[in-house]
Amino acid sequence: MTHVGAADAPLALDMRDVAKRYGGTQALIDASLSVRPGTVHALLGENGAGKTTLMRIAFGLERPDRGTMHVGGRVARFASAADAIERGVGMVHQHFSLVPVMTVAENIALGGRGRLDLAGIRAGLGSLAERRGFALDPDAVVATLSVAAQQRVELAKALMHDARLLVLDEPTAVLAPGESAELLRWLRAYADAGNAAVLITHKLHEALSVADDVTVLRRGRTVLAASRADASPRSLTAAMIGGDAEPSEGSREAGVDATMHDTGTRGEPVFRATMVTIADERGLVRVWNATTEVWRGEIVGVAAVDGNGQRELLRALAGRLDPVSGTLVRPKNVGFVPEDRHRDAVLLERSLAENVALRGAGARRGVLDWSAVLARTDRLLRALDVRAEGATVAMRTLSGGNQQRVVLARELAAEDGGTPTAVVAENPTRGLDVRATAVVHERLRSAAAEGAAVVVYSSDIDEVLLLADRVLVVYDGRVREVRAERDAVGRAMVGVE
Amino acid sequence: MDALTPFLAATVRTSVPLALAAFGELLLERVGLINIGLEGAVLAGAFGALVGASAGGVVLGYGGAVMGGVLIAVLFGAFVLWLRADQIIAGTALTLLSIGTTGTLYRSWYGSAGAALGIPTSAPFAIPGLSRLPLIGAAVFTQPPITYLTYVLAPLLAWWFARTHAGLALRAIGERPDAAAAAGIHVDRVRALAILANGVLGGLAGGTLVLAQAGTFAEGMSAGRGFIAIAIVVLGGWSAWGVTAGALLFGAASALQYAFQAMGWRAPYQVFLAIPYLLTLAALAGAVGRARPPAFLGRSLPPRR
Amino acid sequence: MSATPRRRRTRLVLSQIALAALALVAIVAATAFLLLVGGYSVRDGLVALWSGSLGSWYAITSATLVRAVPLLCTGVAVAIAFRAGVFNIGAEGQLLVGAAAATAVSLATPLVAWSGGVTIILALAAAAVAGGLWAGVAAVLRARFGVLEVISTIMLNFVAVHFVSYLVRGPVQEPTHAYPQSATIAESLHLPRLPGAGRLHAGLLLAIAITAVSGWVVRRTAAGFRLMAVGENPDAAASAGQIDVGRTTTRAFLASGALAGLAGGIELLGVTFALYENLSPGYGFTAIAVALLAGLDPWRVLPTAVLFGALEAGAGAMQRDAGIPSTLVTVIEAALILAAVTVQALRLGRRPNPGRASIAAEP
Repeated sequence: MTHVGAADAPLALDMRDVAKRYGGTQALIDASLSVRPGTVHALLGENGAGKTTLMRIAFGLERPDRGTMHVGGRVARFASAADAIERGVGMVHQHFSLVPVMTVAENIALGGRGRLDLAGIRAGLGSLAERRGFALDPDAVVATLSVAAQQRVELAKALMHDARLLVLDEPTAVLAPGESAELLRWLRAYADAGNAAVLITHKLHEALSVADDVTVLRRGRTVLAASRADASPRSLTAAMIGGDAEPSEGSREAGVDATMHDTGTRGEPVFRATMVTIADERGLVRVWNATTEVWRGEIVGVAAVDGNGQRELLRALAGRLDPVSGTLVRPKNVGFVPEDRHRDAVLLERSLAENVALRGAGARRGVLDWSAVLARTDRLLRALDVRAEGATVAMRTLSGGNQQRVVLARELAAEDGGTPTAVVAENPTRGLDVRATAVVHERLRSAAAEGAAVVVYSSDIDEVLLLADRVLVVYDGRVREVRAERDAVGRAMVGVE
Repeated sequence: MDALTPFLAATVRTSVPLALAAFGELLLERVGLINIGLEGAVLAGAFGALVGASAGGVVLGYGGAVMGGVLIAVLFGAFVLWLRADQIIAGTALTLLSIGTTGTLYRSWYGSAGAALGIPTSAPFAIPGLSRLPLIGAAVFTQPPITYLTYVLAPLLAWWFARTHAGLALRAIGERPDAAAAAGIHVDRVRALAILANGVLGGLAGGTLVLAQAGTFAEGMSAGRGFIAIAIVVLGGWSAWGVTAGALLFGAASALQYAFQAMGWRAPYQVFLAIPYLLTLAALAGAVGRARPPAFLGRSLPPRR
Repeated sequence: MSATPRRRRTRLVLSQIALAALALVAIVAATAFLLLVGGYSVRDGLVALWSGSLGSWYAITSATLVRAVPLLCTGVAVAIAFRAGVFNIGAEGQLLVGAAAATAVSLATPLVAWSGGVTIILALAAAAVAGGLWAGVAAVLRARFGVLEVISTIMLNFVAVHFVSYLVRGPVQEPTHAYPQSATIAESLHLPRLPGAGRLHAGLLLAIAITAVSGWVVRRTAAGFRLMAVGENPDAAASAGQIDVGRTTTRAFLASGALAGLAGGIELLGVTFALYENLSPGYGFTAIAVALLAGLDPWRVLPTAVLFGALEAGAGAMQRDAGIPSTLVTVIEAALILAAVTVQALRLGRRPNPGRASIAAEP
């Protein structure tokens, strides 16, 4: 039985009531998506809404726990990406799978069998350029290509397999505005030629500029599915961030004493950024001309959709990254709680005491007083109620939540036991249960109460609003202070004024 | 110029085992691994050749050589791919193991050290026509068969790397294994095959030392050739033709030493012996040519899926 | 572990002793097994192994401990480097240039009327500096060009061997020009023999002192901590510890080279008294086994260096007295490394080794 769409042709993609569980989280509860052929379909939603998960199912990278899927009117049960590709589905991921030192043609050829027929690929690319209208030099080395061009290579990979349904995951996240426009124009032409495209994005204006239909996911559910004509920025935003702001326990308003913010006696700011431009490790500029201040005793929340530059901003504030231009005044010793704990914050195989001693190890001189370190570690463990057998057990033996508590305790404590001047935290409660999360929140608040300047980034907008006195939103590399209200922050995060 | 022909012949002769081992290492390094145990594989191959040839002729000798090299390769694969142990440490241990085992077995099976053995060796085979070319005919085309195999290997490998999907896959794994995996390539399987090839070629190199050169086995006769092969791969810029040139360079340097001594020069021949290593260092630093190693070379492997 | 309270440390030490005893039993068992398989007399072999290494005072001092001295220095050298994530396979070459430098200083002193003691110190200092510089080449290549030090140090080993070969057949060859070795150094420059200890020389004391200090630095100082952090997880060291990873690894590399060079100087002044090819029977490589088995801890290098010294001394005796190939011991050494590697791999399970420098700089 075929599902018939508005134009009386089978839907390019029809997903109904899809559910998917990942470990402890229900990534998708009740998601549906209906893509008409010849259209560009925007799939909107915040971080964690389930957009990528849903489309990974469509591309055969995941299997749904529940729900049905039809591609081109026929039932689709993909066991792998190869199956999906065979059925004409192509996907361009956020992170490219390209070999930098190889040419475009070689990258496209990867995964084949037998003799390598680069001439054939060149010809194929040539006809692709004609039919689809984008140019790629088959012999160009991928590393020399711009990000936009590299993305085109990924596109070419999909198109060379005759994809009639293209899924693009946040494709404009890595592109400059001009390149984004070009991509969207191309996408439009692709759809007009009778194919279908699903554009996963969090950028409202982008969706509205090119899409025929939109679907909004929130917390794993489809909350809105409409044609472009029936959708307004307002209704879309409301669907994406939800109008209901349930006050969670222990919110700032509800009872933690607000006496610490005496704006009259603020004095000099702890952090002061003036027209600061920051580049990432590869030299790509991620933050432009940011100007802001953070004072003692306050918690500044940073809200952003991942990839908009908040990562570089946080690291610059924490002193782990230097800006390329502008002036950044920051204290000498800033505590930093990074998102990737295992890679950037701890020595898994070493003892808790050694991990605690890691803080400030770069500047320390002379002899280490291990008994003092042990004592300090014991104190920290007790203060944060960490479940561990003592300071000498290996970090690896602790649960994730307890590991994070140790990291937090280490960063929140100044070396001499006094109050830290400043702390920057990046998704500090990711992966933690409710209790651990509450502990983290409480510690951040008391640090501010004791006079520290706290900067917290969370990809969960509610957490940011819960903790912050003031909110900075980073969108597309621009930093703006925004009223600490769900509506305002949500709109700023997706680029709506 | 009649010093030239023996010099050329010596160069080619010395280069063959180096080239074989280096081709084996080339395959492995392009997939991203380094085998410090190659020295052990060459030595094991030499010993295997001894055992095989004693049992029955040159062909069996080469068979034994391959087996010796494969043994080391299998162990290397077990430690590095299966246990995910550190490549450098595993390789070092395997070289030590090979030195100890071959030495012990040699002494216990073949008597006290120093007894020269007469085992069948591989006679030079003159290629009709080509071997009569002036100057190079005697040197290049009057060599034992294994040399001709080596001649074939260079263009074969070059073609294989550039023109087959298998070669492309191997190269991709050495650069970006996750991209290769995303394209559906079985990364660990390809690595295992490369390790095997590395063992086969290393063993053959050792076999050449015994069957086509010395005609006997001596403890430690690999004399660092496995390490030299690693240097040759670097010097050759990780390309098949480059490796060929590098092997010839090392072979020439070694042959020069004897030529100088024969001519009675008292120049410090050690300089010539050291030059290839110094050149390699320079190549590593990028000063000589564009020695760009595979991006994933030497990196620890992620845990097994 | 240095961050351990006293009582816990006692328990740890006891368990480590128990582990060591178990390891010894395993070694004896493995030797016996290999002897059996090889068709040798197990009894004769083990007896020879024992008598040659630890069976007599003379054996202990003049066979085992004499060999343990260079293993101690190079073992600590390798341990320090590996601990910082630097794969210094070049201890052999660094040892050789150290010996060469010490030779140069020792032979040059008749030109200067300095006392023997001062010259010894100068020679040893020169040895350390030479070793450090030799390692420095590889260190610079690693720091500035991202070159894999495994390859560069192996190359430098070869260059060092050829360099020594050149020296002993050329500039420093002994006056009769008959042998490829240097002139013997003056009696007054020999390291004093320890009284009542056969061929054992004062270099042992120096080596022990170096080991003690190194172990203390590694466990008790900020610099030693940085070393460990950088070797464990360079990303966390840089981000959480704000450690200058490049500087720390370079310093570890240089220190390692210096210690290996010093080992060469000590060998020259205490055992060989002249420079020649094959001065080192592979101490630089055995040192790798020594360091690995010591868990990269300088204090634990002491027993493992003695163990390997004993093994090598015993090997010689096995060959002489029982006709058993001394290479058997090399097999045991290799098996020890592989066993240690296996144990570590099984323990770590599926955790990847946090980043080690690759041959090219990160893209």
